[in-house]
Amino acid sequence: MGGQQTDAELPEDHDFALWEKRVDALMVLCSTKGYFTVDGLRRAIEDMGEEAFETMSYYERWVAAVNQNMIEADAYTLAELGERMEQIKARGPTYGEATDG
Amino acid sequence: MPHDHHDDDFHHHGMSPSGHPYRADDDHPLTYWQTMEIAMRELLTEKAILTPAEIAAQIDAMDSREPANGAAVVARAWMDPEFKSRLLANASDASREMGFDIGPMHLIALENTADTHNVIVCTLCSCYPRNLLGLPPDWYKSRSYRSRVVKEPRKVLAEFGLSLPKGTTLRIHDSTADMRYIVLPARPKGTDGWSAEDLATLVTRDSMIGVGVPKSPS
Repeated sequence: MGGQQTDAELPEDHDFALWEKRVDALMVLCSTKGYFTVDGLRRAIEDMGEEAFETMSYYERWVAAVNQNMIEADAYTLAELGERMEQIKARGPTYGEATDG
Repeated sequence: MPHDHHDDDFHHHGMSPSGHPYRADDDHPLTYWQTMEIAMRELLTEKAILTPAEIAAQIDAMDSREPANGAAVVARAWMDPEFKSRLLANASDASREMGFDIGPMHLIALENTADTHNVIVCTLCSCYPRNLLGLPPDWYKSRSYRSRVVKEPRKVLAEFGLSLPKGTTLRIHDSTADMRYIVLPARPKGTDGWSAEDLATLVTRDSMIGVGVPKSPS
């Protein structure tokens, strides 16, 4: 495959983790349902600034951008999100344990 | 690999001591962003904006898309001149004709000829003809590819093992959110009389991005 043998300039392909696939699915489904446009996602990602590209992975930027757009679309509130994230953290230390069903 | 590195050094490069990229899995400590994903999914489900079945079906659909879909389109264009005309006129409609779900996006097919070679990129993010090729490879999303392929395309193509003759015109096409490109590579010589199925086996993902060419027969 292209690019992989050369100076590590271009990263390798890898399978996506389940949480990453879910982020992708949330992005496609919510935009299909009209909650935001791809331009809205891009705007959110570009607003994160250069540092986000150094410190966050691809789907980390996407989940943040989808979340911001959904809050702007009044799908849920920031308070609801924060409260739920606290509950989830209390369920267990790993993604598998914290995912409720 | 030498084995005298510091762990931090590996970590900085995202590589394990055996030289493999770290992979996130369900049994690693929960991250802030994973927590956000779970919270979003639960809230959207509770508010009846999404159902778990919709999310599962979307992941299934995404997993089932693969470059073979694009290869089938390319092979048909090689076999059928009328289909090729329709593909070059409107790649979305021509792909739908073959039963592929293209969604609302505008797809444009770029024909490689004896003197012109096309390459696709999304310099802003990662727009990609995912309905025909599946999810983009990591390198397509990398800043390295996105920044360099428009600046030093021949050098980037050489890294993929593709050296074009000096006189070849190279066109780099920058995708947008609503407009995606797919490269229609040139049909390899020595494939006269081949079936569409056999032709499709020569069409690689990279040849439809433009960083490669189809496999040679034999």
